[in-house]
Order: sequence, then C-alpha cells, then structure tokens
Amino acid sequence: MARKSSSLKTSVVTVAAWTIGFLIFFPILWIIILSFKTEGDAIKAPLEVLTSGWTLHSYAEVQERSNYALHFWNSVVLSVGSTLLALVIAVPAAWAMAFVPGKRTKDLLMWMLSTKMMPAVGVLVPMYLLFRDLGLLDSRAGLTVVLTLINLPIVIWMLYTYFKEIPGEILEAARMDGATLRSEILYILTPMAVPGIASTMLLNIILAWNEAFWTLQLTTKAAAPLTQFIASYSSPEGLFYAKLSAASTMAIAPILILGWFSQKQLVRGLTFGAVK
Amino acid sequence: MATEHSRTAARLMVSPAVILLFLWMIVPLGMTIYFSFLRYNLLMPGMESWTGFDNYYYFLVQPAFGAALLNTLLLVGGVLLITVVGGILLALLLDQPFKGQGIVRVMVIAPFFVMPTVSALVWKNMFMNPVNGMFAHLAKTLGLQPFDFLSQAPLASIILIVAWSWLPFATLILLTALQSLDREQMEAAEMDGASWMNRFIYLTLPHLTRSITVVVLIQTIFLLSVFAEILVTTNGGPGTASTNLPYLVYQQSLLNYDVGGGSAGGIVAVILANIVAFFLMRMIGKNLES
Amino acid sequence: MGNITLSAVTKTFGDVNVIPPLDLEINDGEFVVFVGPSGCGKSTLLRLIAGLEDISSGKITIDGRDATDAAPAERRLAMVFQSYALYPHMSVRKNIAFPLKMAKLPQAEQDRKVENAARILNLTNYLDRRPGQLSGGQRQRVAIGRAIVREPAAFLFDEPLSNLDASLRVTMRQEISELHQSLKTTMIYVTHDQVEAMTMADKIVVLNAGNIEQVGSPLELYHRPRNLFVAGFIGSPKMNFITGAEAAKHGCTTLGIRPEHIEVGGGDWEGVIGLAEHLGSDTFLKVEVAGVGNLTVRVPGERGLHHGQTIRLHAPADKLYRFGPDGLAL
Repeated sequence: MARKSSSLKTSVVTVAAWTIGFLIFFPILWIIILSFKTEGDAIKAPLEVLTSGWTLHSYAEVQERSNYALHFWNSVVLSVGSTLLALVIAVPAAWAMAFVPGKRTKDLLMWMLSTKMMPAVGVLVPMYLLFRDLGLLDSRAGLTVVLTLINLPIVIWMLYTYFKEIPGEILEAARMDGATLRSEILYILTPMAVPGIASTMLLNIILAWNEAFWTLQLTTKAAAPLTQFIASYSSPEGLFYAKLSAASTMAIAPILILGWFSQKQLVRGLTFGAVK
Repeated sequence: MATEHSRTAARLMVSPAVILLFLWMIVPLGMTIYFSFLRYNLLMPGMESWTGFDNYYYFLVQPAFGAALLNTLLLVGGVLLITVVGGILLALLLDQPFKGQGIVRVMVIAPFFVMPTVSALVWKNMFMNPVNGMFAHLAKTLGLQPFDFLSQAPLASIILIVAWSWLPFATLILLTALQSLDREQMEAAEMDGASWMNRFIYLTLPHLTRSITVVVLIQTIFLLSVFAEILVTTNGGPGTASTNLPYLVYQQSLLNYDVGGGSAGGIVAVILANIVAFFLMRMIGKNLES
Repeated sequence: MGNITLSAVTKTFGDVNVIPPLDLEINDGEFVVFVGPSGCGKSTLLRLIAGLEDISSGKITIDGRDATDAAPAERRLAMVFQSYALYPHMSVRKNIAFPLKMAKLPQAEQDRKVENAARILNLTNYLDRRPGQLSGGQRQRVAIGRAIVREPAAFLFDEPLSNLDASLRVTMRQEISELHQSLKTTMIYVTHDQVEAMTMADKIVVLNAGNIEQVGSPLELYHRPRNLFVAGFIGSPKMNFITGAEAAKHGCTTLGIRPEHIEVGGGDWEGVIGLAEHLGSDTFLKVEVAGVGNLTVRVPGERGLHHGQTIRLHAPADKLYRFGPDGLAL
C-alpha cells in the first residue's frame, strides 16, 4: 500500500469528513453549549447564543428542582443491576454452549435470539397488568428484571461469540493437565474470557441505560431513570432549554464516554456476531 | 466433542437461561393472546367476556390502523433509506486516510449513544421549534417563513430524528465491513483497469451486501418498535399523522384502557415483526455455520 | 510404565460409526505412530485414549488398570496438541508449571522441574515470555515441556508438526525422536505424513476409515504391506500399481512396484519420459509405458535423462508386489 494519493484528494476528503462529522455531532455539541447558558440566552439566535455569557446555573437548578440525582442513580442501578444479573445467568449458559456444543445448541441459540425479536408492544398489556397486580409498577426491582430479560439474548450471544474464539484445545489441555472444572474456570477460562465479558457488560449497560420503552411504561417517579425524567420535559412550563440541555448533557455524558470505549465491540454485539 | 460428564454439567448451566427466556416468551405472550379474545376494559373490571375475533376485527377496521400501518412502514422505510445510503457514503468517506480520522469517527458515532428521549426532545425544541428552534432562526436570517416541522410534517420530522440516531449504527457496521475488504483484490482490479466506479459496483458493493442486509434487518427490528420519539414529540398527532403501530397499541390499551383491543393490536405487531425476524434469523443462522 | 491396551473399542457419533471394534496393544516405551489420510479416525482414536471423548463400547487399560471411565487427568497421560494449546495469558514458566500446580506440588519442586524441562528443551531464556512472543518451534517446545514435567505414563501427540514450516518440521521431528530415546516413555503420535511415521516410529498403525489396516515396524510395512492401501500409503513417491494384462502375466489382479525399485536401461518395458524432475541427488521420471501405464521412476543421482526420451525399464522380479482381487497381498 505504499502508494501516494494526490494531496488534492486528501484535502477534499479531510474537509468533507470533518464537515460531515461536525454536522452529525452538532446537536450534541449544541446541547452542551446551551447547558451553560441562562434560559433567556438559550432561546436566542445561534450567533447571539455563542456570544452570550456562560453559567453553571442550569446544572444547579436541575438538581434543586427535580431531584436529578435520584433519577441518575436509578439509571445506574437499573443498567448496572440488570447487566450483572444477565451476566450471572448468561456466562454459564454461553460457556456450556460454546465448549460443550450438542446437536441442538444451534437451534437453542437461534431460539434465544428469536425472543429478542418479539416487539415490546406485543406484551405491553399483560406486563403492565402483572406489574400493577404485583405492586411492581414504579419499582426498581421489577424493571431490573424486565431489562435483564430483554437484553439476556444479546448478552448470551455476545459471550457465546467471544467464548467460541477461545480454542477448545486449550480447555482440553487443561483437562489433561489435571485441572478440575473449578480450576479450569478459575485459571484458564476466566482470564481468557475477561476482555469479552467486559465488552459485553459495557454494551449491555449502554443498551439498558438508553432503553426507552419499558422504562417509560413501567415507571413514573420513584424508580424513574433518566429516560423517563427527560421525557417529563415534553410538556414543560416556562423557559426550559437550558435546564433540558443541562439534564440531557448529564444523562448522555457517561454513556458517550463508555460508548467511545466500546466502539469495536459495539458492531459485533449489535449484529450478534454477524459482522466483526 | 465431549464426555457424558461435561454434557450433564453443560445442561445444568444452560437451563436457567432457557427457563427464564421460555417463561418470558410464553407467559406474557400467552396472556396477550388470551386477552386479545376478551372484551376487557380496565374501566369496567369484572365485565370480561369472550368475544372471539371481534377485537381483531375492530382493531383492523378502525381508520387509525390503516394510518398506523402506513406510518410504521413509512417510518421504517424512510429511516432505512436514509441510514443505508448515508451509511454507505459515510463509510466510504471515513475509510479514506485523512487527518483526525479517530476524532471524526467518534463524532459520527456519538448520536447512537444518545437516549431516545433526549434526541427527540432536543430536535423538537432546539432545532424544529418554529419560534426558538435553530431552523426557525436560520429561516428568519434568510428572510423565510419559519416552518413548523412537527405539525406540518410530523412523520418526516420523526423520520429525521430517528435516522440521526441510527445513521451511526449503519456507518459503523458498514465501515467495519469495508475495512475487511481485501486490499489485494482492489489492487488486482485496478491492474485489470477497473475504474473507481466499477470497483465500487463490482467489488465493494457485493462485499458489503451481507452487512447491508444485517443493518437493514436489525434496524427494522428496532424501528418497528419506535415509541419514545413519538411519545415525547407529537403524541402520535396531529390526528393520527404520526401514530405508528406500537403507539396505537399503547394508546388503545393504556390510554383508552381497552385491554382486549390493545392485545389484538399487540399480536398484529408481533406477527409483523416475526416476518422480518424470520429473514434475520436465517441470515444469522447461516453465519453460525461458517 | 506405559502399557496401553484397547480391547474392542468402538466410537459412534450419532449414527456414524467412526471406529469399528478395534484392538490394539501398545507396549511400554514404544514409539507408536497412528498414520492415515485425514478423516481416518486417527485423531479420534488418540482422543479416546486421552479420555477427551467417551468410548461407545469396549475397554481401555493403562498399566493394567481399567481406565475406560477415568477422567483425562486420572490417566497419567500428557498430550501435545496440534495448535499447541498454550495458555496465552500465562508466561512460559507458568504454562509448563500448570500441570504441577494442578497436582499441588510444592513450589520448590515445581520450580526445579520447570527449570529442568526448560534446560532440556532450550527454553531457559524464554521462561518469562508469553506464548504470543514465541516462534512456532518455541511454542511447540513449550507444549512438549508442559507434557514432560508431568512424567506421564505416555505422551500423546496430535499432529504436532503440521503448523510448522518444512525445515523446522525436520528439526522438531529429530528433537522428538531424541527425546523419546532419552526419556524412554511410551509415545503415541498421530500424523497424516508417512515420512514422519517412517522416520520416528517403532511401530506404525495404519488406519483407514476407522479400521486398522496393518500394524508393524516401518520396514515391515515397507517390505510386506498387507494390502493395496498400506502399499500405496507407505513409501514416497507412491508405489506404482499396474492392472490388466501385465498384472495377469504375474498371476495377480494388481501388480505393485516401487519407483525406487525400477531400473533404467534394459528390461521388458519401453516408454517415453513425460516429465523429468532433477533434484541432483535423485531424478524422478514419469514414464508412459505402452500396455502398462504411467509409471513413476526414481533414479538415484543424475543420469542426463530428459523429456521426450525413450527408455527401457526393468522391474526386478523380487521387488514386485502382487495383490489379489480383494486387494490383499498374495
């Protein structure tokens, strides 16, 4: 590949890529900017917005007025909780399917995936009624279980594709070397699987954090995560652009950072290993 | 590949996942099917009675259903068109060497990580609002009449918002696929005298077909269920102009308390999704063998 | 000690019978090679002995003890895998020490054995590297080291050289043979390469479709192949097979003659050289002989033969192999 491309082409590509990248990113940039403005400045024309003063006022106000910390904490508990729960169930399952495949393993995997294809509205009514009757509406525990279940197939699949890449011969070697199932998992499998488990965890936290069907349907206040809290700005009173921006910036910042770390795994996780 | 002992252990390890997913699939879905045959309104508890296929009949003949079905298809189709075409172009661009590739890549991917309620509200207020939105400001600067996106073109606006969220997904996957394209193959084609356009049509595009299919199918699964974006922007309106199937089901069951009708709608949505899922699963299943 | 006895061992995968009832005796200290074309069941047989697969019926005895249902680790066998199966996250030292750690040997004992194995295998300077930082040959040696430290009853090798390049393969082949001579431990070695089998084995087991075609020393197989399959498999280049009238003349269905046994100049067969490969030490000829067929001939040294030349060939009567209609040697 030691070929020189013309410098003209390179400059055109550079300018085009940066322009398009900037335009796509712009809405996010814009809410970050607005979050540091006063409400009065936030609704001005773009140029005036840029030249107006900066303030942290909106961040303080979001916290004071709306108990932002609670919703943030709910998002953390729900996404991390459901992810850990899913991992506890999925790691043994994926391990078994990857290393002790049977005749029906493939069918089993496909079936698990098919549960992910069921649209949420198909079970909205019974889930809502079940939650109501069990007193689980607006509870973190109930929602954690639902988020665990809807992401379980993806977690199993991702782990499966990672485990599949660990050569079976290595585990057989360990068995020949006298490793018990316990030491096989402890000394061989876990160290080799940790990167895969970590990226699975990362992607699943992102998906759970941004989940906006069940979180909107099954919570109102006490267990409401950020998706629901932000949705409450859809019918606000008075000026709210700066506050919405501040709330949104805080809601997406942690996930943007996690997401940038998991770019590569993202492709694989979201395509069930079909594209690597 | 293994001994009897390890098989037993394996079965034990898979079973919790299988049982949970089985319950998750069968219990609520079974209830939905059951409800869909009942006259069941939450405002009239204790009045449930068997109605056969009436719920399906009334759900399907209401004018809102036709509109919702059309809107669902337009939403899915519109977003797919924008994201796939845009994704291919963007991926081709980002695949070229240029300064700051990493940063641009990160900027392009970012919208995918923005939660649906945030992206919808930001677009609705900060950009599409006819008074204070950026587009309105721009129109005024140019001396034009500001356009009220969400009431004049509600569905198109929602398509735009959703496409913004999904463009990164398509781009990222297609870019990954592009990077696995055999460079020697491209060089061989160049030696054979193929122009850039020919190389794109005869090598790049066939190489991308698989990934494009994956993008289309996976996005379709998610796009068939778009809900939050509609809830926080238009509430399905004006009228039914931006009501899609999930929103219609939500409206009927949780806003109008018609559990029977909503359940019938839910089953219709399941059937629709299964048609897509069928193709997706075949695709992934094939991949599992290789 | 390392006697291994298989009695009436079978293996079926679903409906497919991979190993029909098979009996085999492996004596202590022997170097046994399982050889055969790919898919012949040789690796499966090895894995059955290792305990990585359950046998469907029959009995495996190791050192007089019934090991049929024993777990792999209980059989006191060590295996070197085709992919080496090194633990990528452990240093060479930890890789080699792993079986000792599993056996809960005291640390000092572990260190001593690892150092010792590393010295034998020239790995002393690499002990703190990861497998990823080693060359193919070095990885191979680490895998062998991991097997040696266990002082097993027998070593099992599953095509251990197939991932190495040609010259390294020869070196490693010799190293493994030397190792066998110094350790005097039973070794079972699986390969599809008959050259490896011929050069390393005390005893070769030729397998075809799960069946044992013949068991014997390399030279026994070379000189007295039991059937067409063994005759064609052992020896390089392959034995020439002649059928039809020429075979009938010698009272058999198929007549076999090894390329190196055909003499050039004089004799009954006249043919035209289609291809001559000059290696310096040898010359390989493809000769089209009317009424006999296409013969491969190996001529020692350089005789100035070339394409298109007509030559006469002689097949000494005592070098002919005769096979009946059932493919068995007469």
